[in-house]
Amino acid sequence: MMAPVGRTLLILGLLVAAYGVVASIYGARAGKREWVDSGRRSVYALAGLMTIAWVIVEAAFLRSDFSFNVVASHSSTTTPTFYKLAAPWSSQEGSLLLWVWLMSLWSSLVLSLTRRRVREIAPYATAVLLGFAAFFTSLAAFFANPFATTSTPPAEGSGLDPLLLHPSMMIHPPMLYSGYTLLAIPFAFGVGALITGRLNVEWISVTRRFALAAWLFLGIGIVLGARWSYTELGWGGYWAWDPVENAALMPWLCTTAFIHSIMIQEKRGMLKVWNVSLVLASGTLAILGTFLVRSGVLDSIHAFGASTLGVPFVLLLTVMIVAAIGLVLWRRNQLRAEAQLDSLLSREAVFLLQNMVLLAMVFVIFWITFFPLISEALTGTKVSVGPPAFRPFIVPLALVLVALAGIGPIIAWRRVTAANLRRSFTLPVLAGVATAVVLLLAGGAGARPFALAMFALGTFVLASVVQELWRGAAARRAMTRESPPLALLRVVRRNHRRYGGYIVHAGLAVLLIGVAASSSFQHSRDVLLKPGQSARVDGYLIRYVRPTAAATAQKISFGAVLAVSRGGRHVTTLRTARGFYPSQDPTQGPIGRFFDGEADSDVGLRAGLTKDIWMVANPDLTPLKGLIDQGNRVFSAELTQTMTRVAKNSLAQQQAALAPLWQLRDQAITEIAARYVTHPWPVEFLLIVDPLVTWIWLGAIIIAGGGLIALWPVPVPLWRRVRAERRARATASPVSPAREPA
Amino acid sequence: MDPSRKRAIRLVVALTAALLLAAALVYISFNAGRREVTASQLLRVAKPGQSYILAGTVLTGSVRRDGAALLFRIRDPKLHLSVPVRYTGAVPDPFAAGRAVMVTVQEQPASSTFVGEQNSLTTKCPSKYQAQAAT
Repeated sequence: MMAPVGRTLLILGLLVAAYGVVASIYGARAGKREWVDSGRRSVYALAGLMTIAWVIVEAAFLRSDFSFNVVASHSSTTTPTFYKLAAPWSSQEGSLLLWVWLMSLWSSLVLSLTRRRVREIAPYATAVLLGFAAFFTSLAAFFANPFATTSTPPAEGSGLDPLLLHPSMMIHPPMLYSGYTLLAIPFAFGVGALITGRLNVEWISVTRRFALAAWLFLGIGIVLGARWSYTELGWGGYWAWDPVENAALMPWLCTTAFIHSIMIQEKRGMLKVWNVSLVLASGTLAILGTFLVRSGVLDSIHAFGASTLGVPFVLLLTVMIVAAIGLVLWRRNQLRAEAQLDSLLSREAVFLLQNMVLLAMVFVIFWITFFPLISEALTGTKVSVGPPAFRPFIVPLALVLVALAGIGPIIAWRRVTAANLRRSFTLPVLAGVATAVVLLLAGGAGARPFALAMFALGTFVLASVVQELWRGAAARRAMTRESPPLALLRVVRRNHRRYGGYIVHAGLAVLLIGVAASSSFQHSRDVLLKPGQSARVDGYLIRYVRPTAAATAQKISFGAVLAVSRGGRHVTTLRTARGFYPSQDPTQGPIGRFFDGEADSDVGLRAGLTKDIWMVANPDLTPLKGLIDQGNRVFSAELTQTMTRVAKNSLAQQQAALAPLWQLRDQAITEIAARYVTHPWPVEFLLIVDPLVTWIWLGAIIIAGGGLIALWPVPVPLWRRVRAERRARATASPVSPAREPA
Repeated sequence: MDPSRKRAIRLVVALTAALLLAAALVYISFNAGRREVTASQLLRVAKPGQSYILAGTVLTGSVRRDGAALLFRIRDPKLHLSVPVRYTGAVPDPFAAGRAVMVTVQEQPASSTFVGEQNSLTTKCPSKYQAQAAT
């Protein structure tokens, strides 16, 4: 009943989006305000339609309505409610609908907030946003329909992949999609500004907050993915340079560059071509990222397989790239800078250099990620460079980036003087140098020059940020006599964008110190241990105390208790286990299918500020094979006999006859699993001692906090709002004056 | 110095840096790259001592353990053909029969089994797994 409604909503959404595109462009070209308003309202209508469509999909998951194909293949009656809510975006169909829904919501928000501003640009931006919405709605309607149904629904669904039963699953994908969809907003307004030739800073100030929100959401999504990978996937890492991870990183880096360079345009009227190009590139990279995930064009561990969405995305990307280049070339004369760079020793120059470093990173990541396709096109052979190739490029670039993150906040605009250098740089530079000297004297760090440089530069950044916060608070205290914490709070609140940015820089330093330490000083061992045996990793003695086994209705777990000590002193006791979920494959037999399904790891983790002790067990179940095979034979025969005997009975009678057999089966499974404890054999463990991993998560939290401070709306005084509205009315009429309707 | 001359110098320096980066990238890509192959391509081109990135799906019923080593077969996505792999090292949780995987392998002299490079096995992220992709 609800599926046809959902399908109708998608078609209606497509029609509304198409109408909105036409109405907005016609209204802008003909100077008819009512058409422009109608185009904007079609965005609101689309948001309403997609909200109802989304509610229908969520309701189908919550009701376990297996007549929906997407529910049958991604949920089950036993899936916990929390995860039923998150299950829609584990499917191609659901995530496409989520894309359109979020896109329509963000578009409604921006158009509602700007309905009295940038009135020439807004209709074209509306058309672009609705164009994106129409594209994704048509994909959901014709290529991957979440409302596709079957006339013979299964009694039970396949269930959500057990590895996705993690709280991150609820937040990570919507964060990434919010980031991608929000990046469409600056793109759309950038295109609108180029079409209308209104290339002053107003369109930038309108969309800056949305670019910052996109940057924040994308960043949170990336870090949540890394955290999930570290604690859930059982390989011991947090970043694999996979094409789809890179696809999220590229627009994030590009938006980081844009967020910095718009300050130069706002302050000095410089870098107009650069800024508009960055906005267009970020939007295009966001679609490229979506394309990588949807098309499966690269062999990525994240890409949806067997997808038919590649061609439509290539067409969309081609249109975006050609239009972006064409528009920038068309308006190149109006994009000339109003001022020139005064000195290479200035904040503008540092921002510019930082932009170049960020774009170099984007280029390196793009090249290596797409190299299999590039090499295939050039030589006919697909060649993959792999993660090691990133290191020689990204590490030095990251070092320069961190150095610039420290220099940027303390260097003067326009031109630096010797006094400014002395006053601002002495303490941070001393802090950085002292860190390097102490670490060199302490030993160990000297063998890893890049890591040592990162520690020193990270300290330099932290010192420069602390110095700026201190100076700001001290200046306020001198005027107001407030207490230091209150002065600090008020100075940050008053200049939230500036100090929010500084806090982000501090977070970046903390995060990259964590990355440098954990990738340079990690100790890892793959060992085979019997109960009672020990292995030494980075000075820690890790003893396999005893095996554990547990059989529940959901899964069978085989684990271990390990005691960690150092210098004879007990440090911690960790438990790790590998769980096996029942397979639906009948060929594995009535017992075997419980031991050979999807697996997940409960990582044994002791996270600390200085070191993480991380371990997983990878038990070999081969010694149980004989018992499992015997169980399969016995229960297959018994099952066949029972079913033959009760074949003509009712379903309830059949179930009653089978109940004792299931009880026996469960007992047999428990006894087979218990053998892992009663007759233990060697188990393979991956043991890792990794320094400063916690700094990565702490750094990310600081970055998110700084981003929120920069983004947080601060009430604007009434007089300032009135003046801004008057100015807006005076400078920007709703439509071109020559075409103003009577 | 004349401002236009200054700008020209900056442009030359920036372009030189960009060119150097691009040249280094191209050089490393072509020299350090490893061929990405399917099972059928691997059987055609494999030479002992050379590494290849083998991409495909894990053949159902082929996964078993031999001490610390994991034995499995990787199926060609388009053909009914598979190659045996002997692998040691970290096994990502999503690894299972029918899943799309990538592993760096080398041919062993006098053996039909390919040896996987330690810790090189990657498995498709579970959130992107579509059942039809594995069949």
